[in-house]
Amino acid sequence: MRYLPKSPADRKAILEAIGAGSIDDLFAPIPAQYRLNRDLKVPRQMAESEIVDWFRQRSKESGLEYTSFLGAGAYMHYRPVIIDALISRGEFLTAYTPYQAEISQGTLQAIFEFQTMICELTGMEVANASMYDGSTAAAEAAMMAVRVTGRNSVVIAKSVHPEYREVLATYAQNQGLPVATAGYAETGRLNLREVEQAITADTACVLIQSPNFFGTVEDVAAIAEVAHKNGALLVVSIAEAVSLGIVEPPREADIVAMEAQSFGVPLGFGGPYCGVIATREKFVRQMPGRLVGQTTDRNGKRGFVLTLATREQHIRREKATSNICTNQALVALMVNIFMNVYGKVGLRELAKQNLAKTAYAAEQFGKHAEVLFARAPRFNEFAVRTTEDPYVINSRLLGHKLVGGLPLKKFYPELGNAALWCCTEMTTRSAIDTAVGLLAESEAEEPSGEHVVEEVAR
Amino acid sequence: MKQMTRKATRHVNQNEGLIFEKSSPGKAAWKLPPLDVPEVDTAELLGASERKDLGNMPEVSEIEIIRHFTRLSTWNYAIDLGMYPLGSCTMKYNPRVNEVVARLEGIANGHPYQPEKISQGALRIIQTLSDCLLEITGMDAITLQPAAGAHGELTGLLMVRAYHQAKGNPRKKILIPDSAHGTNPATAAMVGYSVENLKSNERGMVEVSALEAQMNEDVAALMLTNPNTLGVFEQEIHKIAEILHAKGGLLYMDGANMNALVGKVRPGDFGVDVMHLNLHKTFSTPHGGGGPGSGPVAVKEPLEPFLPKPVVVLKGDGTLGFEYNRPQSVGRVRSFYGNFGMFVRALAYILANGPDGLRQTTEDAVLNANYIRKGLEGVYDLPYATPSMHEVVFSDKVQAKKGVKTMDIAKRLIDYGFHPYTTAFPLIVPGALMIEPTESEGKEEMDLFIEAMKSIAQEVEEDPQTVLDAPHTTRVSRLDETAAARKPVLRWRPRQG
Repeated sequence: MRYLPKSPADRKAILEAIGAGSIDDLFAPIPAQYRLNRDLKVPRQMAESEIVDWFRQRSKESGLEYTSFLGAGAYMHYRPVIIDALISRGEFLTAYTPYQAEISQGTLQAIFEFQTMICELTGMEVANASMYDGSTAAAEAAMMAVRVTGRNSVVIAKSVHPEYREVLATYAQNQGLPVATAGYAETGRLNLREVEQAITADTACVLIQSPNFFGTVEDVAAIAEVAHKNGALLVVSIAEAVSLGIVEPPREADIVAMEAQSFGVPLGFGGPYCGVIATREKFVRQMPGRLVGQTTDRNGKRGFVLTLATREQHIRREKATSNICTNQALVALMVNIFMNVYGKVGLRELAKQNLAKTAYAAEQFGKHAEVLFARAPRFNEFAVRTTEDPYVINSRLLGHKLVGGLPLKKFYPELGNAALWCCTEMTTRSAIDTAVGLLAESEAEEPSGEHVVEEVAR
Repeated sequence: MKQMTRKATRHVNQNEGLIFEKSSPGKAAWKLPPLDVPEVDTAELLGASERKDLGNMPEVSEIEIIRHFTRLSTWNYAIDLGMYPLGSCTMKYNPRVNEVVARLEGIANGHPYQPEKISQGALRIIQTLSDCLLEITGMDAITLQPAAGAHGELTGLLMVRAYHQAKGNPRKKILIPDSAHGTNPATAAMVGYSVENLKSNERGMVEVSALEAQMNEDVAALMLTNPNTLGVFEQEIHKIAEILHAKGGLLYMDGANMNALVGKVRPGDFGVDVMHLNLHKTFSTPHGGGGPGSGPVAVKEPLEPFLPKPVVVLKGDGTLGFEYNRPQSVGRVRSFYGNFGMFVRALAYILANGPDGLRQTTEDAVLNANYIRKGLEGVYDLPYATPSMHEVVFSDKVQAKKGVKTMDIAKRLIDYGFHPYTTAFPLIVPGALMIEPTESEGKEEMDLFIEAMKSIAQEVEEDPQTVLDAPHTTRVSRLDETAAARKPVLRWRPRQG
């Protein structure tokens, strides 16, 4: 086996050195009746060239050459090539968690810079070294709010990503943590009256997303006021990080739970991504996840260490703030490099292009169908309601190598034939025009009802 | 250093400040293509929600970014540089073909919501890996959704709870041996269970009579790592499973140490009901400085209805698809389908090995741990004489008499060109030195390691201060962790004025 650095003679020499007759002697502690005396039924050992071929085939069967209008928590942005060049360095790729600070300063300093940039972008005072993803970050943020306030329930906006809400429900189910849902208003923004009704003296936090699942930018200040007036924290989830280049960050929030995938992380069929939690300094000891702090060595030289570990499972065991043990260090490094490439000016320009493409697309779609929630500001997503079933429209688009917007009826049946479309800086005007043309084909005529509805989107 | 180590030499590396200290207005590493749609008035579109300022975000050029991160990288130790003997972490070689196939365009750029019809390749990767992992573990059903080992534990215990709940009583507690990893009790607490400690016997294993005494109908499951954190196989595993099953409890296996078992024995055959795997340990996906991981959970048939949703199914028309209609599911533990990029890498590893390679890998991992044990026995105290599988645990008992602790020895090891072993864990061994070489080390590298450890033991006798002050050769000496925690500085701030 080509990964194993021992010759048969080495193995023999080692067996002799340890005084074992055969390798089986070393497995003697395993009761004989359980030992596997056959080959595992897995594919035979393959040459590297065969492995590459096998995956190349799978790559061809995975949407290669399609142009997509999907967003909904996973965004197609350009990835500068230096990201992969740098994260492929073995010193980053094949290092462990930086517990041994003296030989991990590279990873530690990079995380410290990451934490700083996340603070700058979100308007928070401290950020952790990353979480699994945006959904688990949101759920962990809600549980953090419970610890901070000593209260025991959560109000979540219905316009938070439906899968994030599902994850929160999973996490909350055994913690005696009731979750109430507040709906959206006609503008697509959170219905403040429903929040007022749902909030109680036991509400630890109001959890919203901005831009929300429909792409609508929430009035964070107004929501913060309602939450704070009632003694609850405001947790803001951000699924589309690029929005931070042009949309005012949720400065009034107490906790920001972010998904940073947009910053240079491949779509990768849903993961790995990069969640982050950022918050106020006063709450840092209730925060889950790893943190890097600055300190000095014995000679007074600046250096970085993992810190405040007393919150974590390996010290606190069942009293820890979370069971979380890994972070997404390498993905956070991608995010870090991306933030450096675009920086203070580029992030704004990038976000502006997203805004412009989306404004153009919404205008074009609006000529043939109803663009929902038009009265509130949006970033790079918008909901379009058609008379025709969006699955049928998508089926037609697919024939032109286009993947249409995400039909919303699965998550929001009340929105009928609405679909969620997304444009980024990668979306070309010609792709938008083609998609609009294909959608318009049916909207011009009465639906015949004869279309075979293929299951083409989930 | 008594005899200068043969493994490493000092060499110059570059100083590098924080990226913010290099920033100045007007520098840039980006260039956008011309806009092919009309410009927009951002104030008009966003109103009060428009952001005006991005604060202290850096402005730097591309070459500065390349140098910055390349310089930082040289300050890290890595598997690519040498042996990484962290016990229970399984720091094995991360094959480069894994990285290549994970970056193939369709695999890297697939959107999680794109139609199933054009996602058959991705679905087949999920399906093939699932089938391989089920065969390797001897279990019946699996979810790949959990993002890491601890996340897998959470998922597994949620399923344990749902299973008992479906029978009318979720039960109250989880039994956890005192040798367990800290995530086990933390996870149990997150699922609403209380934790009851189970003491190990003098051989480092679960005391079967104690288990028998503690087992009752309040116990939902026992969480067991096998081989345990001492690197010892629980020889009475069948009795353990029987005792649990007799009272309706379940056996949860933490698969952190699966590298000792693949191809030699299957947990599903020795009574395990639910277990998680760590793709970033056993199946070679890179640790990347602390993640991403991936923690699939495999279960026996009776727990199948409770798997997180969605699950991948073969549909009537012969294509693969996601099934969401799972009324008894514990729900979703993460958005989308898990860390798909890690599935790709783990599968590439399995294909590169085949059945013979996987078995040889396990055998080499166990062979290596026993070679290290033999080489250091008598030099360091071996608290448990029970046979070792893939890792061996010594203690600093001998060296502590000179005032030198396991952490000091670990730091001194850095000067010899090695990453330290795991220190002070498992908790049942005071001053533990937990060493897992993995199969990725050849005899030469292990001989250097043994030589280094012996040399340090000698230094402890002759010149303990050298060891206490270690490391001597790194960019920074020991860092003040107490100060870091007392007055946390968790971000850079510009100098005032």
